[in-house]
Amino acid sequence: MTIHFVVHDEGDSVGVVVVEGLKAGQPLTGWIMDQDKMIEFKAINDIPIGHKLAVRSIASGDTIIKYGVDIGKAVANIGAGEHAHVHNVKTKRW
Amino acid sequence: MGMNLKNASFEGWRRENGRMGVRNHVIILPVDDLSNAACEAVANNIKGCMAIPHAYGRLQFGYDLELHFRTLIGTGCNPNVAGVVVIGIEPGWAGKIAEGIAASGKPVEFFGIEQHGDINTIARASHAAYRMVKHASKLKKSKAPLVDLWVSTKCGESDTTSGLASCPTNGNAFDKLWENGNTLVFGETTELTGGEHLVAARCRTPEIRTQFQAMFDRYQRVVEANKTSDLSDSQPTKGNIEGGLTTIEEKALGNIQKIGKKCIVDGVLDKAEAPSHSGLWFMDSSSAAAEMVTLCGASGYAVHFFPTGQGNVIGNPIVPVIKISANPRTVRTMSEHIDVDVTGLLQKQMNMDDAGEALLDCMLRTADGELTAAELLGHREFSLTRIYESA
Repeated sequence: MTIHFVVHDEGDSVGVVVVEGLKAGQPLTGWIMDQDKMIEFKAINDIPIGHKLAVRSIASGDTIIKYGVDIGKAVANIGAGEHAHVHNVKTKRW
Repeated sequence: MGMNLKNASFEGWRRENGRMGVRNHVIILPVDDLSNAACEAVANNIKGCMAIPHAYGRLQFGYDLELHFRTLIGTGCNPNVAGVVVIGIEPGWAGKIAEGIAASGKPVEFFGIEQHGDINTIARASHAAYRMVKHASKLKKSKAPLVDLWVSTKCGESDTTSGLASCPTNGNAFDKLWENGNTLVFGETTELTGGEHLVAARCRTPEIRTQFQAMFDRYQRVVEANKTSDLSDSQPTKGNIEGGLTTIEEKALGNIQKIGKKCIVDGVLDKAEAPSHSGLWFMDSSSAAAEMVTLCGASGYAVHFFPTGQGNVIGNPIVPVIKISANPRTVRTMSEHIDVDVTGLLQKQMNMDDAGEALLDCMLRTADGELTAAELLGHREFSLTRIYESA
């Protein structure tokens, strides 16, 4: 079994793609590390290795949670399964 | 599995001041940029020694100069160094650095170039280096308990796999070393931004927490005073962003995994300051890889753990740098740079204790003399931290 993405904590808004060449629409297996649970999911976009996919829908202005902690805010609406990165997420610091 | 660290040992060199080194370098250390050429000529003449060129040492003053001296003296005092030849454009500051290194008890000689010229200085310093290498080559290794090994950490070219796996591997190993009573350090003040409250909560006492917070707040003021943007492209770096890291907060939370789940912050250090007792120390430091590892070496640390996602290639002249990566693309495309492959963590093919022990096993082999990837590839980055403009 290949794990396609990993989520730190089940309360997180995003997971991390851990395989190369992930394509939109491909059935994905995800591993929620802290609770040691497996989930099934689909990505809306092609997402490079290391990049994040939203595991729930996020409204513009919402706080993004990863490691169970605030890592910044959405600056656009992000659909579940969408690529979440510098184009739609920004720091709250600096 | 289950390593018994209390019984673990390594073979290295016991220095005059009691510290254990894992390498036996003779270094030719310039006081200033002007003396790099002479130092490199000496290292070319005498086999088995190494010049450590750098960019600074002229017209510095105040705290910036104090840090320059402390870093060079600390580098000379590091237990991985058997002896030092110091060369400066003039003998005053060269003598001051030599005196600082001599306090560790190891052999040191110094030379000034003015009134002699490069050629005469190179000749005199080469004789000194010849004696020093001869002396170092006669020193015998001895066995020491693991607790005598000082270990530092700093990650670089991080990506999301750093926070998921390579930094937690480092954290697992640090938890075990901390429980064993080893002397450890982490730092990267700005790269705690967004997770500073988590580090503050790990400080042993309210006093240490206050000192940590003051260091963090001071560095934030430097960023706030000098920034021209939200620092995107600087923090996170272009490489971090390519690797999927989006914000400084996300990067910081991955970074902090390096101090594990059990370690307590036992004290704080200024840059290049030597710790006064065992435990985990926080050093107020740059987050740039070469600067931070240089400062760790100057504080006396003998081995360095370096988790990387995208594949930072850094090494250090005197401290073996052990690279850990969990990114399968990096391990595939840059395998010659990676010492510990923990990609299996992301596929549940290895657990965190297995990964931590793989790192500790590599650390013990490195301490016994096995060369790291960075040593084999000749990475000797030595970067001095500057605080402000020259006088």
